[in-house]
Amino acid sequence: MGFDRRKFLKTAGLAALTVAGTPLKSLAQDDSTVIEAVTEVSGLPQEHPITAKRWAMVIDLQKCAEHENIKDCARACHEEHNVPHFDNTKDEIKWIWEEHFEHAFHELENEHLKEKFTHTPVLLLCNHCDNPPCTRVCPTGATWKRDTDGIVMMDWHRCIGCRYCVAACPYGSRSFNWRDPRPHIDKTRPEFPTRMRGVVEKCTFCEERLAKGQIPACVEAAKNDALVFGDLEDPDSKVRQLLKDRFSIRRKSSLGTQPEVYYLV
Amino acid sequence: MYDAGKVIIGLIVFLVLITFPIWYNVASGKATYVPELAPAAKGTACVADTEYMRANHMDLLNQWRDDVVRNGIRVYTAPDGQKYNKSLTLTCLDCHNNKTEFCDKCHLYMAVDPYCWDCHVIPEEVR
Repeated sequence: MGFDRRKFLKTAGLAALTVAGTPLKSLAQDDSTVIEAVTEVSGLPQEHPITAKRWAMVIDLQKCAEHENIKDCARACHEEHNVPHFDNTKDEIKWIWEEHFEHAFHELENEHLKEKFTHTPVLLLCNHCDNPPCTRVCPTGATWKRDTDGIVMMDWHRCIGCRYCVAACPYGSRSFNWRDPRPHIDKTRPEFPTRMRGVVEKCTFCEERLAKGQIPACVEAAKNDALVFGDLEDPDSKVRQLLKDRFSIRRKSSLGTQPEVYYLV
Repeated sequence: MYDAGKVIIGLIVFLVLITFPIWYNVASGKATYVPELAPAAKGTACVADTEYMRANHMDLLNQWRDDVVRNGIRVYTAPDGQKYNKSLTLTCLDCHNNKTEFCDKCHLYMAVDPYCWDCHVIPEEVR
């Protein structure tokens, strides 16, 4: 017996270490080259993108109710993304909108709820759930959760307008274009596409702005830090600090969708 | 064959009639028509050479679409090393700003009806 059990284990262990070490090393090298290549570009998107492992938003209910913050945020978002305005609620398209507290948080319904809350307007948007029900039902892969940062994305090229996602979303975050939206856009921004009739749309956490290094339009428009946007995986980020210090609630968290928009009360 | 003469003459008349559009277009010079496209308003180089773009711009645009929307890769490096933003509206239409005389003219000639502009905005039209 020239090759006993002890020797075999030693060799196997060494071999496993070598194999495990190689991809790690090459991965690290790949990452650095990618970052270099991106920073070379000037005047282009991705020159200074903002990235995170898990984007999340923290909304301060009291601050949000001040300074017409809700209207400003909604206006900024809808102008940025060519969201049409319809006067009737049936055709309404909304990415970010206002709702009464008792409707937004009906689980917390309580007839003796402090009056301050019953009249608090709440800013609602796509929750970019960690476990999004909308992406599971999409038959064409037109909506999916991005692996890199958790944003629930939309690919309007692929949407066939089946509206399964509209039915699946428990937050009413998705709107369907029943009519051609173009005549109902007040001022079209050429930098962002419009949608066409028969397509579902929703908030994308301004992923196109993040790629250019800008924070979401609603966060930019909000005064007094009413909206805070940041990386939930980064323990030093402002969102994590706020969630640690203050009491926060999420919409319909009992459904298990793990919404990533937090409300400070 | 009965009435061979009449049948053959009939066949010839039929063939002439059915191929009439072809003869007519050749005779009137329309068969040699090639659309003249508007030159780019600015810029000296395209993201790829003209021959490639003429034949394959739709594939390139589809690639750009998938890269940007699905993979988050927004910068295109041309063969000459120049870098571009992968955007139909902001890059292509920035130089080729006359959509009617550039895109539409050839698409009409080729009888294709791409739906890019159902959503993508033509800057000239909204300004």
